[in-house]
Amino acid sequence: MKRATWRPTRVAGLALLGAVALTVAACGPGGVDGDSGNDDTAATGGGADETSELSGAIAGSGASSQENAQLGWVAGFTEANPGVTVSYDPTGSSTGREQFLNGAVQFAGTDSPLKPEELEAAQERCGDGEALELPLYISPIAVVYNLPEVDAEHVNLTPEALAGIFAGEITRWDDPAITEANEGVELPDLAITPVNRSDGSGTTENFTEYLAAVAPDVWTHEPSDTWPIEGTVSGAQTQGMIDTVSSQEGAIGYADASRAGDLGTAAIGVGEEFVPYSAEAAAAVVDASPPTEDASDLRLTIELARDTTESGTYPIVLISYLVACSTYESEADAANVAAYLSYVASEEGQERAAQPDVAGSAPISDTLREQVDAAIEQITAAG
Amino acid sequence: MAAVAGSETIRRGRAPGRVGNAIFRGVSSSAGITIVVLLGLVAAFLVYRAVPALLATREELADVGFMRGQSLLGYVAPLAFGTVLSSVIALVVAVPLSIGIALFISHYAPRRLAQGLGYLVDLLAAIPSVIFGLWGLQFLQPLVGPLFQWLSDHMGWFPPFSGYVGPAKNIMTAGLVLAVMILPIITATIREVFLQTPRLHEEASLALGATRWEMIRQAVLPFGRSGIISAAMLGMGRALGETMAVLMVLAPGFAMNLYVLRPGQHQSIAANIANQFPEAGALGADVLIATGLFLFLLTFAVNLAARWVINRRAEFSGAN
Repeated sequence: MKRATWRPTRVAGLALLGAVALTVAACGPGGVDGDSGNDDTAATGGGADETSELSGAIAGSGASSQENAQLGWVAGFTEANPGVTVSYDPTGSSTGREQFLNGAVQFAGTDSPLKPEELEAAQERCGDGEALELPLYISPIAVVYNLPEVDAEHVNLTPEALAGIFAGEITRWDDPAITEANEGVELPDLAITPVNRSDGSGTTENFTEYLAAVAPDVWTHEPSDTWPIEGTVSGAQTQGMIDTVSSQEGAIGYADASRAGDLGTAAIGVGEEFVPYSAEAAAAVVDASPPTEDASDLRLTIELARDTTESGTYPIVLISYLVACSTYESEADAANVAAYLSYVASEEGQERAAQPDVAGSAPISDTLREQVDAAIEQITAAG
Repeated sequence: MAAVAGSETIRRGRAPGRVGNAIFRGVSSSAGITIVVLLGLVAAFLVYRAVPALLATREELADVGFMRGQSLLGYVAPLAFGTVLSSVIALVVAVPLSIGIALFISHYAPRRLAQGLGYLVDLLAAIPSVIFGLWGLQFLQPLVGPLFQWLSDHMGWFPPFSGYVGPAKNIMTAGLVLAVMILPIITATIREVFLQTPRLHEEASLALGATRWEMIRQAVLPFGRSGIISAAMLGMGRALGETMAVLMVLAPGFAMNLYVLRPGQHQSIAANIANQFPEAGALGADVLIATGLFLFLLTFAVNLAARWVINRRAEFSGAN
């Protein structure tokens, strides 16, 4: 068994920023760097050589939630590695997992972790290796509302009030359940129009998961990617949701936080305080959450602590995983996938996706990055 | 072969049309066959992909999230209902309007204006449906919202108008957008038919002392009746399959009722496919294709029915 040519480390990850500049400015003076294993000395010059040596094409497919982030990552990665062609097809989480398992693509994006039977299939697909599941896309979901008359920066909503609104039990904005949490804010005597996504969506799944976890008495439906209540106002895709909420005063909905635009966003009750969404608060809840029962050092699946009471966390987030193999048949695939994933996990990659005009996601914390990098290091080519 | 046929070529030279005739016949009949083959291939694809969904057990279908535990038939039925309902609303609005426009163009408007108006109507047909969707969402929806509210408040005793909830993302708005979309094709067809009304019929009617309106009633409308029906069916065909505009305007639901002003009650097959396909998964995609097969059959049935109606009416049309 031979090691793949690319072995990322924290140093190399940090050096990537420099490496980008180096590959552009000083292309190729280092010559052939035979030993790819000397990570520590490869920090700057070697890093640039290694990335420029990569060539080939890798394809991914899966969650549409990652689409914008993937576009940004692919652009950033290709700048540093012009020899590698990366593509990402937003076919949806389940199709992405399927295509990954039957070998049509080298990596997949998925909003929900692999199921047990898929893990078995993954072992076969990865040539007796294992599947990697890396939580590299963390996106806060904002609760957006259309109340132009209200001048407070954020309307405070307790979990119970939020669940009551979407379950159709709280129907007016001046309901005591809402006003009690908003002292000093004048809420209008106006009907609430809850809006949901009409298509199957990871955003809906995460939002209903949150409601079911924090207010099980009020929200009695199972979490699902299809909205469980019939006869509601809804919109197709994130844009349809935003358009619908924007077109009706008093409407409230949930959407990828980067798309909230001019709409108001609610501060959500966590413990004793109310937390508006922010990248830091979203990353904080991921750190405060334990790994799932079947997680390993390769599968970094997280059991989101939706009902956390920890200060400064924003609990309504969507985690989307990147799935890859620990063993690839071809050496080029192994090297390219590892290089791409470590770019995605790098500070630069995460910052790129976090830009509002890319995906507006929340960068992962350094603690999580260490674990991710350690997992990526395990990617090898089969002997 | 060429040498043997030499003397014949000379003879043929006098009638060059024969060669051209044969070539043209070949080209046009292969074009004719192509359309049949294409239709057959589409049908075969739909059946082939729909089979897994048709054969799937209830338990397997339970894994398809968007079906909410329904059987395939239970899933298709409300979709088919919503599809037909939106098309019927569109026809109810568009057909009278189209007849009016067509009459104006063919019999009332000054010649110059009629020509310009005809072009304008045709131009309407060239607008992509996604633009109509945006127009419905951004312009029509805020416009009809207060109207629907008023209807619901004052005529709510009439069940279909009860229970309006803003924004106006209901089947009525979708039907109105569809009506605008099918207006051009219906108007163009009806206009052509009206223009073909025999001059003698019209003059005879006028000579008997009929006013213009009476003449239209006596001569133009009876002559154009089958044309109106086939135009309506053409329009309905387009409305049944319209996707983008419905997807953008309608808040979907899976009920079978006539509450046309309530959101989240109905959905059309085509819009549902577009909405659910991206996250459908393998069996989910098959289920959606099965609903597509159903839409195919539905459109087919509507066209057959239209043919039947036209053939039955042909003898009364006064065209002969």
